[in-house]
Amino acid sequence: MIESRGEKIFKVINNFLLALMATAALYPFLYVLSASVSKPYNVITGKVLLFPKGFTFDAYKEVLGNPDIWLAYGNTIFYTLAGTAVSMIFTICGAYALSKKRLRGRKFFTILVTLTLWFDAGMIPFYLTLRDLGLINTRTGIIIAFACNAFKVILLRTSFEGLPDELEESVKVDGGNDLHVLLRVYLPLVKPGLATVGLFYAIERWNGYFWSMILLTDTNKIPLQVLLKKMIVENDLQSEFTAALDFSSTISAETVTFATIIVSILPIVLVYPYIQKFFIKGMLVGAVKG
Amino acid sequence: MRNSAAPIKSSAPLNKRMRPKGDMRTYFQELKRDIIRDRILYYLLIPFLVWFLVFKYLPMWGIQIAFKDFSLFRGIGGSEWVGFEHIREFIGSEYFLRVFKNTVIISLYGLLICFPAQIILAIMISEVTRERFKKVVQTLTYLPHFISAVVIAGIVTTFLAPDNGLINLILEKLGMEKIYFLTDPNYFRGIYTTMNLWKETGFASIVFIAAIAGIDTQLYEAAKMDGANKFKQIIHVTLPGILPTIVVMFIMKIGSLLSVGYETIILLYQPATYETADVISTYVYRSGLIDGRYDFATAVGLFNSIVALILVVSANKLSKKVTDAGLW
Repeated sequence: MIESRGEKIFKVINNFLLALMATAALYPFLYVLSASVSKPYNVITGKVLLFPKGFTFDAYKEVLGNPDIWLAYGNTIFYTLAGTAVSMIFTICGAYALSKKRLRGRKFFTILVTLTLWFDAGMIPFYLTLRDLGLINTRTGIIIAFACNAFKVILLRTSFEGLPDELEESVKVDGGNDLHVLLRVYLPLVKPGLATVGLFYAIERWNGYFWSMILLTDTNKIPLQVLLKKMIVENDLQSEFTAALDFSSTISAETVTFATIIVSILPIVLVYPYIQKFFIKGMLVGAVKG
Repeated sequence: MRNSAAPIKSSAPLNKRMRPKGDMRTYFQELKRDIIRDRILYYLLIPFLVWFLVFKYLPMWGIQIAFKDFSLFRGIGGSEWVGFEHIREFIGSEYFLRVFKNTVIISLYGLLICFPAQIILAIMISEVTRERFKKVVQTLTYLPHFISAVVIAGIVTTFLAPDNGLINLILEKLGMEKIYFLTDPNYFRGIYTTMNLWKETGFASIVFIAAIAGIDTQLYEAAKMDGANKFKQIIHVTLPGILPTIVVMFIMKIGSLLSVGYETIILLYQPATYETADVISTYVYRSGLIDGRYDFATAVGLFNSIVALILVVSANKLSKKVTDAGLW
């Protein structure tokens, strides 16, 4: 079809504005990246705007030489992997059982689960419950107390419900039971749903800081986000790098913070383009259900 | 039961039970048979339900301390009842108005600025014809959504730092005065809203992009025939096409007017900015987990939850009505 002049102009302006917005979305990360490999003097005098000035990797050397960061990184990986695994087991079991229309009590159990989306006991009663259960300052507490989420159960249940009943019957005819149906037939077929739910859990684990900050009092148990919060918000680093900054310094509290930020978001930024589609799917299901 | 009135068919599915009314013995026999038949499903379900009871319903038992003089020593059940004392104290305090006002204002900022931005971005993205470019724009604008609150708050803090933050360095170069952004209560809501605009607009636009994709392309062709230019097409085809989605999302936002999260705010606010930054959830966090006034904080949280629940339920009812009626 032939485009009119008006349409062409519209397109050019539209594309230009979108490019601008995309750049704006990316810019803060580019700045942090450039600043993390620049000399502190150039950073604090505003010479670094987009590209690094006075290239140096000293901030990264400092970060990677810091045992606290390694420990926190290890903790984050552990909480993310173990937490997601536990979450998936609970969510799959619950969602599968609740997807079976013949199950007695299904309606009641479903309401029991979905009610938690509408009413939450609140921060303090939840905290006191965890304390009474002895889950404060334990890795188990962090893993188990946040294992399940009604929204994700519903999301996965919907995937299961989309499978035809004939699949189940064919397994049953061959003498299989409900567990066989789940493991052999259902799970392989709902892989996209599983990926969506699993990635949601994983990213929440990786990014979450609040409850880890509240519940974990031992510094050797804290995940990366809590350590980052100490560095950035509470400015823990300032005292370490108070020595007067001059032109020749290759490291400062700011550049170390920037380097830590980059190290902490690197895994997400690297895998993000490949997993994006699963989040989009989850977002759409959520909006329809919501 | 619906099935009891249905004519008996020999080919009826296995799980459609026929049972004369009032025969309790058969009912329990059938129940037992079904539970035994589905025992594996129950084995899977039980740990899952126990989890919900322990981590979602057990805390609800603790809500009673909102009406008690809670002592750690005596525990939740053993503490003494004080009735509505905590709720009365909260409503009577100067904080009541402040945190409510801040919560609503911050929500309204989001509703008036971020919400329209999501729709505009979605329309703009949908107008792109080159798939590659579209993909890149989407990927980049969604990205900030996946970055943690701590990192985002860290970036905001360093950008706005008074001495050598990027924004102040630029202001200085332009010959302007430095601004102490994060210690000045006048700026907090603006900063918070701008941050959310940057972080969430892309990802939140997904819903609208999907809605636009569902519009019949023939409508655009027809509009073109009638001589409508791009802007007219957007106003007369795109917007009416996604209006149901807009209305539903808008009502949902109204429903969550009182649910401003604490996670980002507690990273950005400080005593100097409490005046404009302190919302209900951050106040609950501070009075409960920082000051240790568990009973009072629970009362504040409960008060908030109940008002918020009423809002959400009404919003949901309203949105059901709107989508069912389809009048839009």
